[in-house]
Amino acid sequence: MTTIDTRPEHGAAALTGNGTGSAALAGLTGWITTADHKRIGRLFIGFGLLMAVGALVLGGLAGIERIDPDGTFLPSDAIAQLVSLYRVAIPFFVVAPLLLGLGIAVVPLQLGARGIAFGRLAALGFWTWLFGAGATVAAFIGNGGPAGGAPKMVQLFLTSLGLSIVGLLLAAVSLATTVLTTRAPGLTVRRVPAFAWASLVGATAMIVSLPVLLGDLMLLTVDHRSARTPGFGTNQDLLTWMGWGLTQPLTYLLAIPVLGVAVDIVATAARRRIALRDPLFIGIGLLALGTLGTVTQRLQTVSWSGTSSADKINDLIPYALFTLLPILGPVVVLGVIGQLLASGKPRLASPPAFLFGLLGLLLFLVGVAAHGLTGLVDLQLVGTTYEEGVLVFVAGGAVLSTLGGICHWGPKLWGRKLPSGAVLPLVGLGALGVLLAGAPLLVAGFQGQPALATSGFDYELAPEALNLLAAVGLGLMALTVVGFAAIALKGFLTGPSAGDDPWDGSTLEWATTSPAPADNFAEIHRVSSAEPLLDLKPAGSDA
Amino acid sequence: MLALPPAPAPAPRRQLIVGTAFGGAAVAMFFGGMLAIWLRYRNAAPLRTASNGEMIKDWVPEDFVIHQVSSNLMLITMAAGCIMAQLGVYSARRGDKAHASLGLGLAAIMGLAVINAQAFLYSQADVAMAGGLVNSMFYAITGSWMLLVVALVTATAIAAFRYLGGRTQDREVVSAVALFWYIATVVYSAVWLIVYVVK
Repeated sequence: MTTIDTRPEHGAAALTGNGTGSAALAGLTGWITTADHKRIGRLFIGFGLLMAVGALVLGGLAGIERIDPDGTFLPSDAIAQLVSLYRVAIPFFVVAPLLLGLGIAVVPLQLGARGIAFGRLAALGFWTWLFGAGATVAAFIGNGGPAGGAPKMVQLFLTSLGLSIVGLLLAAVSLATTVLTTRAPGLTVRRVPAFAWASLVGATAMIVSLPVLLGDLMLLTVDHRSARTPGFGTNQDLLTWMGWGLTQPLTYLLAIPVLGVAVDIVATAARRRIALRDPLFIGIGLLALGTLGTVTQRLQTVSWSGTSSADKINDLIPYALFTLLPILGPVVVLGVIGQLLASGKPRLASPPAFLFGLLGLLLFLVGVAAHGLTGLVDLQLVGTTYEEGVLVFVAGGAVLSTLGGICHWGPKLWGRKLPSGAVLPLVGLGALGVLLAGAPLLVAGFQGQPALATSGFDYELAPEALNLLAAVGLGLMALTVVGFAAIALKGFLTGPSAGDDPWDGSTLEWATTSPAPADNFAEIHRVSSAEPLLDLKPAGSDA
Repeated sequence: MLALPPAPAPAPRRQLIVGTAFGGAAVAMFFGGMLAIWLRYRNAAPLRTASNGEMIKDWVPEDFVIHQVSSNLMLITMAAGCIMAQLGVYSARRGDKAHASLGLGLAAIMGLAVINAQAFLYSQADVAMAGGLVNSMFYAITGSWMLLVVALVTATAIAAFRYLGGRTQDREVVSAVALFWYIATVVYSAVWLIVYVVK
């Protein structure tokens, strides 16, 4: 069966049809056995938001512990586990599933496809990821994270984290294949919407990067289970081997779709064609150059003091290629957005989506740019809270961007709009949270405050105040996610009907009903431009 | 809702081939990462004098015996499996059901032979997994390789049975299986060279 065929209904409809189960059971079975990309995407997003709340609360607790470096707010043996879980959860249980889920839910609609490629593979990916994530949390609870004290739980941690990565990879393969093979007639790769392109680039970066981390986990698992050789070290040394997978640039590779979310939301608001389509695609691709920084499993650094000119140049080339050049990507995307906004007077049909998308991109850009300084050895930022601050900006940008994506594409998934007035305050709260959580950690990093440590540091610049601000920021971020989830739950269940094209959109997802039916489109459309709906709308839509 | 012009269903765009290629890239990076760490440790190992007087890296323990014939045979068998899988593709394109099934069936048997050779190599090597860094890495890499071959044999068998069962129009499945064989052979070539030859 291809993605242009009509799919048979599974689960719920089948059960209801033969009358063997109650409606609730049928509904539940329908969700569990679904191969519908819109449901799989929503499952990823839902559990990603749940994990986000959990991770932010953990980060906040660790932040409270840091306020008083000599205090004992939490049991000492739990602190290391808690901080480690926070660092593991943010990239793999929050950023990746949120943006992958949004892509799985939305991209086939943008492409005019009747479904996702390998729907069952994507569903398997979700359940594998969820099982792996749950088992990872269980391993941490049993004192099994990096530096954990229970050997069997450490093995469980290594295996289950590997399992969740396998789940993400399966979903990424499904998404990347969808973009390349299920486009509507006339929709060439150069014509796909920015979010679809960013999803393709992001999924490909994941497919290339994450298996390397999986290989590390395989080596660590076998070694930990049998030999425990000095080469791989003890539980304390796990982060030495897999730490690169919990930090930049891998984290921002997982968040590449942020760029596409912002562009598509702004382009819809501006009602303009994207004139700088080629630079936009190149800009998004440039960010993926960070992949080179991940597969080498080490941070590219440059040292200015005590090294010869030849050494400096030798270091500078990979540093520029792996670290500096990717920064250019979001800058180019920001330029394209500026051009879009300047070319016409944008109409903000959905202000929360617009602001979430734009602020998410800006915060993400701050994170990617700040990462550029990490490689400068003379600044001595490696191993400090600076890296955590960068992570907060990258992840915070990704979370806000996902919330913007939900506001924007929610009508296609649920058929209802979110109330702008209720969501709008959360934009400010979320952005403030990211700033408060990230900026003090960057400053503390410059002061030499070690990462992953909650005690044993002191410096002149009021560590208590910096760590208090960071903890408050994480709390605000958690509040934002909880508040948004509550509003979304109510809004998408009982809110006003959205209509088929609530934002006067220009791409194919707005050419079907809201919510989109099981097969997305009643018929396959032929398109002749990148913004096919603008071709049909009155003049003034075009640049 | 605006009405865009309808279009006939587009021609299939080799979805399975593209998906297999992405999967193959992931597999290649998985093994590439592990082999890179193997090489990194090997590179850092000091030199020692071998029994024949040569100076070699003090990396693989002296009592670590690898049955070289088995590892070489696996490489040859994988190459032969590729040829058989390609025979399946060639025959399927020409609607030759008998030879397409024969090619896929023989490829599956080649895969089983590789698994057998790897198991034989393990039994002959007499290497304890807990014996040291090389040992655990050896089992991690070659064990993952065996898992890949199991997946390969399963995929080949499924394609063969589907074809035998009359789904002769699913030629893309046969091509995807052949691509999987090529990817697995490339991966094994790297494993063979680094783990079994260079050591």
